[in-house]
Amino acid sequence: METKKTSKQLLGEIQDRHYADAMKAKEEGKLVAWATSISPQELLTTMDIYTVYPENHAAAIGARKCAQPFIDYSEGNGYSTDICSYARVNLAYMEIMESEAANIPKPDLIFCCNNICNTVLKWYENISKELDIPMIVFDLPFNHEYEITDQNTKYIKAQLLEAIDQLEEITGKKFDYDKFKEVMDISIETSIWWKKAAMQAQAIPSPLNGFDLFNYMAIIVCARGTKEGRDLFKLWYEELKAKAEAGIGPWKSGEEEYRVMWDGIACWPHLSDTYKTLKKYGINMVTSTYPDSWYIVYESNDLDGMARAYSSNYVNRNLDFGVDNIVKLVEDYKLDGIVFHSNRSCKLMDFRQFEVQRRVEERTGIPSVIFDGDQTDPRAFSLAQYETRVQALLEMMESRKKEGK
Amino acid sequence: MNPEVQKQIEQLKGIAENPKKAVNDYIAATGKKAVGCFPIYTPEELVYAAGALPVGMWGGRRTGSLADKYLQSFCCSIMKANTEQSLAGDYDMLSAVIVTTYCDTLKCVTENWKIAVPHLNIIPIVYPQNRKQKSGQIFFAEELQRVKGKLEEVLGADIADADVEAALNVYEEYRKTMQMFTEVIRDYPKTFDAVTRHLVIKAAYYMDKKEYTEIIKAMMAELRKVPAEDASGMKKVILTGLIAEPVEMLELFTENEMYVVADDLAQESRQFRVSAPAEGSCYERMAARLAAQDGCTFLYDYGKTRSQRLFDMKKQYNADAIIFCQLKFCDPDEFDYPIVKKDMETFDIPMLYLEFEQQMESVGQLRTRIQSFAEMMD
Repeated sequence: METKKTSKQLLGEIQDRHYADAMKAKEEGKLVAWATSISPQELLTTMDIYTVYPENHAAAIGARKCAQPFIDYSEGNGYSTDICSYARVNLAYMEIMESEAANIPKPDLIFCCNNICNTVLKWYENISKELDIPMIVFDLPFNHEYEITDQNTKYIKAQLLEAIDQLEEITGKKFDYDKFKEVMDISIETSIWWKKAAMQAQAIPSPLNGFDLFNYMAIIVCARGTKEGRDLFKLWYEELKAKAEAGIGPWKSGEEEYRVMWDGIACWPHLSDTYKTLKKYGINMVTSTYPDSWYIVYESNDLDGMARAYSSNYVNRNLDFGVDNIVKLVEDYKLDGIVFHSNRSCKLMDFRQFEVQRRVEERTGIPSVIFDGDQTDPRAFSLAQYETRVQALLEMMESRKKEGK
Repeated sequence: MNPEVQKQIEQLKGIAENPKKAVNDYIAATGKKAVGCFPIYTPEELVYAAGALPVGMWGGRRTGSLADKYLQSFCCSIMKANTEQSLAGDYDMLSAVIVTTYCDTLKCVTENWKIAVPHLNIIPIVYPQNRKQKSGQIFFAEELQRVKGKLEEVLGADIADADVEAALNVYEEYRKTMQMFTEVIRDYPKTFDAVTRHLVIKAAYYMDKKEYTEIIKAMMAELRKVPAEDASGMKKVILTGLIAEPVEMLELFTENEMYVVADDLAQESRQFRVSAPAEGSCYERMAARLAAQDGCTFLYDYGKTRSQRLFDMKKQYNADAIIFCQLKFCDPDEFDYPIVKKDMETFDIPMLYLEFEQQMESVGQLRTRIQSFAEMMD
């Protein structure tokens, strides 16, 4: 009898199949899109357009320590070292089209949603120009007010309808609204299981080693609209729930002494170092802003709700929301501290970080540190600095613990 | 040069070099309020319609450590300077500040300013990137009316649509005049060297646009009486980018016998090169103007048209070279540069890349680059 696969095994399989299927789709003459990580893939999936995600791919290249040659190549083409390293990796990959980490096919169209940053707009504009392919822009206005306004919702919804027209024109096919409903249903369910799984880390000790969030994130990005994706997160949830009920902590060796949150994107080229340094001191990263980023939940067939859901991502929200969001994580996950990644690639996260840190410390009393790094450029991170910051955080957490806090 | 023109130039240069004094003098003389306008295409018309003075906020020379409380070291120098100046109280004469959100840095600055300088009454504005689509046009017309409502609250003014219409007409006259002015001064490359050209255009940010336009018109009338200046031996360049400051950098062009024959700078010609259509409500006309604002990296540039525009400008003005003015840490321009570079190579147009900060202490390195480029063009 075949033993049941674990979610970790499935994770690897889905990831490999995602890339293989994308190549196959391209060979079979199907349309391939490159899309940003939190974009309404429901539209593309409905249209049978195979979608791959340059951010995911760049992260995979970074995690397998293959980023530097791509970065050098882009810088040789005139791209500044100061711009996003995902963009530098991807814009080089677009020309080289070969990496031992993973390969994706060239796109036939690109789908750009700026709820994660404005940088993607310029980055994708360049892809569109260089490859001479159509670009669909899904423009989500920055929410400087706390809630997502009706004015913004109306604009976003109108763009969903315009994007459908654009897709019909590109594919020469009618948009199938029944299929759209099915894809929406699956995407919503996947999001729900993703968040439920991640929330298992609220147990003490956490059954989840939070660095796994970074690994599973690849699937929530690339398989959110698929049954495989949905089933994977349901299984992961069940595994974590069982562990939590049995009181099993995150690691086979070592106990969870402190619980922290990681703010920002992972340092992919130094994933192992960043993880081991925390673990060495019994610090478990139990959550981050990731669980909510892909919690894209709305009533199926409600385009207003869909519009609001895609605009709700915390980086597209104002600072008051960002602070409330982290304060809630501190409470829900009973955090002892926060590690802020000052990510050279991501100005949208960085330039609010100081104020967010001040206000979160003021409201929760928990300590935090900021370290310098980058999501994929290996040169921007120093292990010595990281370790010093982690030690400082540890000291602050220890003294709070002694005070019985 | 004709003494009348010289006098007008000195007046405008004085204003551009001392914006704080110019704005304070204006407030004292008129009793009007002033509203700060962040880069780039802030709807100054709405402020003007409220009977207040719109004031451009394009950084400055101030450095310090106040802004470090909010911004990391790798933030663009305009935003660092604006933040430093606001925290130091330089902008306390303003009744409100309209902050745009074109880039990721601006989004964060908007949020930080609400907390750092609440007395400046921050009014954020979002420009649609899908500016040519119907959805974007409608959104922008609504956004302009929302901002108008905020201005009414903060300034205690009623702004009727007729006021906005009238203000838009003042601005359209300004834009039309400036389109002509940049053509006219091309014949006077010695009087309007790189620095003078820049400061005369910049002065508009600190003046009532109606008064400014009248001065420019008077200057053009005088210039028509003066024969064109001899430009033999001088190289014609086109500047492209967000800004071309500090002025010490511009002095290097004059030093090396170059003059600015046209510009594609967000701070300068992009402000006035596109006119609004005559048809439609004032808000629709403003939205249509945004839709036509192509070749600017701060807006979604459908089909990436900047290189083609530079090619056309080069041809039209028979320019010798393009200068890519890269303000350090300005992402949108950093993304455009490799594309423009490649295209200029294809078109066989010489292009010089200059990276600078607004408050740089020395222009030594820039001098070397500009000198060698000038020699290469000979």
